[in-house]
Amino acid sequence: MTGVRITAWLEERIDLWPLRHFIGKKVIPVHRHTVWYYFGGMTLFLFAIQVATGILLTLYYRPSGEEAYESVQFIMTDVQFGWLVRSIHSWSANLMVLMLMIHMFSVYLTQAYRKPRELTWVTGMLLFGIVLFFGFSGYLLPWNVLSYFATKVGTEIAGQFPLVGHTLMRLLRGGDEVTGATVSRFYGIHIAILPALMTAILTLHLFLVQKQGMSVPPAIEQAHRGQPLKTMPFFPNFLLRDLFGWFVTLGLLAALAALSPWELGQKADPFAPAPAGIRPEWYFVFMFQSLKYIPAKIGPFEGEVLGVLGFSLGGLLLLLIPFLDKKSAVGEPSPLFRSIGIGIIAYIVIFTLLGYLAPSVK
Amino acid sequence: MPEQQPEPQDEQVDHGRRTVNWLLGSSLGILFVSIVYPILKYLVPPKLAEPTTFSVTLPWKLAELKANSGRIFRFRSLPGILVKTSAGELRAFSAVCTHLQCTVQYREERQDIWCACHNGVYDLNGKNISGPPPRPLEPLKLNVRGDQIIVMKG
Repeated sequence: MTGVRITAWLEERIDLWPLRHFIGKKVIPVHRHTVWYYFGGMTLFLFAIQVATGILLTLYYRPSGEEAYESVQFIMTDVQFGWLVRSIHSWSANLMVLMLMIHMFSVYLTQAYRKPRELTWVTGMLLFGIVLFFGFSGYLLPWNVLSYFATKVGTEIAGQFPLVGHTLMRLLRGGDEVTGATVSRFYGIHIAILPALMTAILTLHLFLVQKQGMSVPPAIEQAHRGQPLKTMPFFPNFLLRDLFGWFVTLGLLAALAALSPWELGQKADPFAPAPAGIRPEWYFVFMFQSLKYIPAKIGPFEGEVLGVLGFSLGGLLLLLIPFLDKKSAVGEPSPLFRSIGIGIIAYIVIFTLLGYLAPSVK
Repeated sequence: MPEQQPEPQDEQVDHGRRTVNWLLGSSLGILFVSIVYPILKYLVPPKLAEPTTFSVTLPWKLAELKANSGRIFRFRSLPGILVKTSAGELRAFSAVCTHLQCTVQYREERQDIWCACHNGVYDLNGKNISGPPPRPLEPLKLNVRGDQIIVMKG
């Protein structure tokens, strides 16, 4: 009853018709690949959890070399439900990257990036880059041994870029070395700069998705040539299914946080050796493992410089896929780009597994 | 239709407009630069003065060190590594791996210097012998005075 009255009150003042009309008209195509449509929404849901838990963490976290570790320890041991908030933040971050990767590669393999959705793909790839940077910057904030060396190596890799590398590394570190100044800087990046960028680009991404509707894979479009595809209304049918998925994820997050609270480890010590078995977060492991295999010198070039350039080139290639894949732009099948996509996925999976399974030396 | 010659007055007006546009455009450009320049400069961290100490006296006595062992110490703002070989010889290097700057450690069982980050290995002369490190570890000079160990830039 109250809801109706509030709507009527609003309706008297603001014309809600365009919004109602838009929601009423929005439909989701139903076919055998419809399941992939849920992953974007799932990523968005996990991002909302990150914002909420992240805001809560800022109330106790102190970004400096002297206090960061102790403040996270305080959150984990003294603050009521602090362990829960921090563990959900960490678990949700990892699940978010996973969902984002599934979303990205499902969009790739169903060629949803093709004309007219090039900009949606480009904004999506930018969001992916921002999310990885979120992960990288957030990882340092507890200031423990693992995060210290991960940041040292990560920023050193950025320093390998020809010409701009050194400046970039100093910009990231807030000095020549990874110190408390880096913690302060990463904190600013993590809670202000990245959220601002993310909000702007995410708004554009979502606007494009709403404006253009869901893409249907070319194979399915062709099979239904001339016949309209089956659809379901977005509201409430699809949204209720979305909600169901989110609810299950929320349960999963709570279970993970309760059964396996995120560890804090040892406080960072710049004058201790890197511990055996050190590795970055799982989503960087494939790059980390590749760097282990690249020899020190390849011809006249330093191995790691070539490695870094190779990964940057790979990222750039992925960003520009809609413009390189001319066949799918005109609705034709594009086996070459399909194989490239499958190749990238296989590379990431194999090198990630190697990172965990290859015998670690001590 | 016969082409109309632009009247000299129009040309003057056009010229005036171009000048005003140029002035407006360039002043907006200068405004933009004067805002962005300090921001960019602000982002670049200032150079801190390097500690000027030339030598460091290690916090351990010579007699405390076992043969076939290694310890990390602070040398200026970076870590160094002191190794006592199984023959009892002392050696010191910068402990910063030449690959991606992780801190190396001494492995007693293999008697080498190892970086856990990307599995780089150095021998006891600091030479890179396997894995990705491109260069040997930077050697540091050692000076033993009685029971005290003093480390200097090599």
